[in-house]
Amino acid sequence: MPAISTSSTPLRVEALVKRFGQVAAVDGITLELRSGECLGLLGPNGAGKSTLIRSIVGRVIPDAGTISVFGSRADSMAARNALGWIPQELALYPRLTCRENLESFGRYHGLGGAALKQAVAHCLGWATLTDRAGELVKNLSGGMKRRLNMAAGMIHQPKLVLMDEPTVGVDPQSRNHIFEMIEKLRDEGMSIIYTTHYMEEAERLCDRVAIADHGRVIAIGTNAELVQNAFGSRSQVVARFAGADERVAAWVAARGGHTVNGSAEFTIEHPSEIAALLEEATKAGFELLDLALRKPNLESVFLHLTGRELRD
Amino acid sequence: MMIFAIVRSAMVSLKRDRAALALSFILPVVFFSIFATIFGGRHDSTPKVNVIVVDEDHSRASERLVAGLKQEASLVVKTRPETVKGVEQPEYTGATAEIAVREGAAPVAVIVPHGFGESPIALGPSDSNRPTIQLLEDSSDMVAPQMITGLLQKVAMTSMPDLMAEQGSRYFDQFAGGLTREQRERLDQGIRYLRERQDSGATSGSGGTGIVAVTARAVVGENKHNPMISFYAAAIGVMFLLFTASGAAGALLDEAESGTLDRVLSSRVTMTSLMLGKLIYNSFLAFTQLVVMFLWGWAVFKLDFWSHIPGFIVMGVCTALAVAAFGMLLASVCKTRAQLGALSTLIILIMSSIGGSMFPRFLMPEAMQKAGLLTINAWAIDGFTKIFWRDQPVSELWPQVLVLLGIAVVLFAVARRVARRWEFA
Repeated sequence: MPAISTSSTPLRVEALVKRFGQVAAVDGITLELRSGECLGLLGPNGAGKSTLIRSIVGRVIPDAGTISVFGSRADSMAARNALGWIPQELALYPRLTCRENLESFGRYHGLGGAALKQAVAHCLGWATLTDRAGELVKNLSGGMKRRLNMAAGMIHQPKLVLMDEPTVGVDPQSRNHIFEMIEKLRDEGMSIIYTTHYMEEAERLCDRVAIADHGRVIAIGTNAELVQNAFGSRSQVVARFAGADERVAAWVAARGGHTVNGSAEFTIEHPSEIAALLEEATKAGFELLDLALRKPNLESVFLHLTGRELRD
Repeated sequence: MMIFAIVRSAMVSLKRDRAALALSFILPVVFFSIFATIFGGRHDSTPKVNVIVVDEDHSRASERLVAGLKQEASLVVKTRPETVKGVEQPEYTGATAEIAVREGAAPVAVIVPHGFGESPIALGPSDSNRPTIQLLEDSSDMVAPQMITGLLQKVAMTSMPDLMAEQGSRYFDQFAGGLTREQRERLDQGIRYLRERQDSGATSGSGGTGIVAVTARAVVGENKHNPMISFYAAAIGVMFLLFTASGAAGALLDEAESGTLDRVLSSRVTMTSLMLGKLIYNSFLAFTQLVVMFLWGWAVFKLDFWSHIPGFIVMGVCTALAVAAFGMLLASVCKTRAQLGALSTLIILIMSSIGGSMFPRFLMPEAMQKAGLLTINAWAIDGFTKIFWRDQPVSELWPQVLVLLGIAVVLFAVARRVARRWEFA
């Protein structure tokens, strides 16, 4: 990683450690967000993603390490003004309308008068909630609440946005809507950290992805770099067999593969290896139901690096 | 089998729900104890009635009457105000005793007038020329004046037997020299009078009747339409203020749970400004509740609200601040809404019962009256009583104002300290 530390660097985290009792939620994370970049933080639940985000917004005090936001300490007022935080929870006032919520959070950030009015109108438009501005939050659909939750994090027009799993619990249509909002931000050159445990989201939205597990970043790079580093030119074979699961799993493990959701996954250098694989399966007495050859993805990278599935 | 499984899971759930356990077992026991102590007549803690006694006569009879009153176990007789900085105060006079009753130093003052010793007791109809003992009473205390009136008659009987005999012999001289027609009429008149009194169930209260003639006069609340309305407006008001304040402060817990608190604290808002904002809002809410309560009292129960506005504002603001800070402390100590609900119910009901929101504190044993001073209720009710009942000027509210503001500051400071757990992880 290039060691740039200037005030133009949106975010720089160095050797960050945060323990809760005996558990190290963040265990020495170092990463840097480049200007205008969307960096995905991909990892299963408990990987330390939220603790990292909460440390950056000053809600968690790290035990060790440093965080700088555009050259300022994370707990400084300059950092607070520069940072926009979209928490995983729906952090809204349910009995206030969309507009009232945005006005409240705007005022908490020191906005007022015409600037506040303009910011509220802009954020309502961004979240396509202009026509629901007078609706009470508790009456909104789940997807609308999510969008308003995002708008509330953007009300003070930050230069860097931290999004903590903003699509949790939303239907596919609303998720798509949220992706469009984020893509619009990206197009405007916003620097974004996007945490998720959905590989598809990281692949669609992020310029680079940091894979987190057990409080550490175990790999970082573009999607292609991560796959290349983990698999090189190898491909994956996904096969489904009939018969006893345990026997299949034991055979797959002995053959150097993984069983994921009942399917056997093998990494191969060349498609010609498939024939040998099938022959062995037949000899072992397994009946093949279906077979696919695919290019490895971030999910495969995670499995390759940790031996576990992303959604474990 | 399945039925027992249901019982078992319910019991395990209860065992792990400390709030429900406290409400189920601790609250009833505490309440039972409070009521039993107040109304159960435990001998070691029977409430004593304060009474101011002024002996203007200084005759043998008056001194013996005062001495007799002092011997009554149920009375605390005060002949002079409490010493101030070690300096003994002069004895009460009729005028200072009246002021003292107005100010609430005692619910009753007994004034033994000049000339009482010349004719201390009478067994017949009242003689309008006979000096009568004056009872200056605070009519908000419905028990003490009645009790003192009765005790005066008892003490007259027991502490002045020779006077009784003397008076008896006078009656004998008067009546025993052969019953003339006139004497018969007078005796009949006396008997008729006693019979009428007996039949009507009259007590030896006001009007100069009884063995010792007593005239009662209300010196506090004599012009009030309903003596207890202002008391209950304050008493019930404060109790509900406490409930509302703890409920409103619970918004902090909701916001902490929903993540809104985190979002707010990640803006320019600090924990101190957030909590000050909540304190102001909760105080405003409490003050508005008091206004509604007293306006209702004025509209429906003829409470004299409009002529006490300055005192009401002073007491209302101080009470509102104290209850708001109390609510915030409870909310910051609790981890969940359910916990807050249970804890606030427990504490508020106990505070309200010993603090005088459920029944006047003068009914309570002395120790409990003192314990009541640890509650917001007692100070708030005392302050409102001073304004609406005793018609005292705003300047007299300083002890209540100081204590309530002190409570507000201390509770808020502790709440702010406890709220550090929300500030950072």
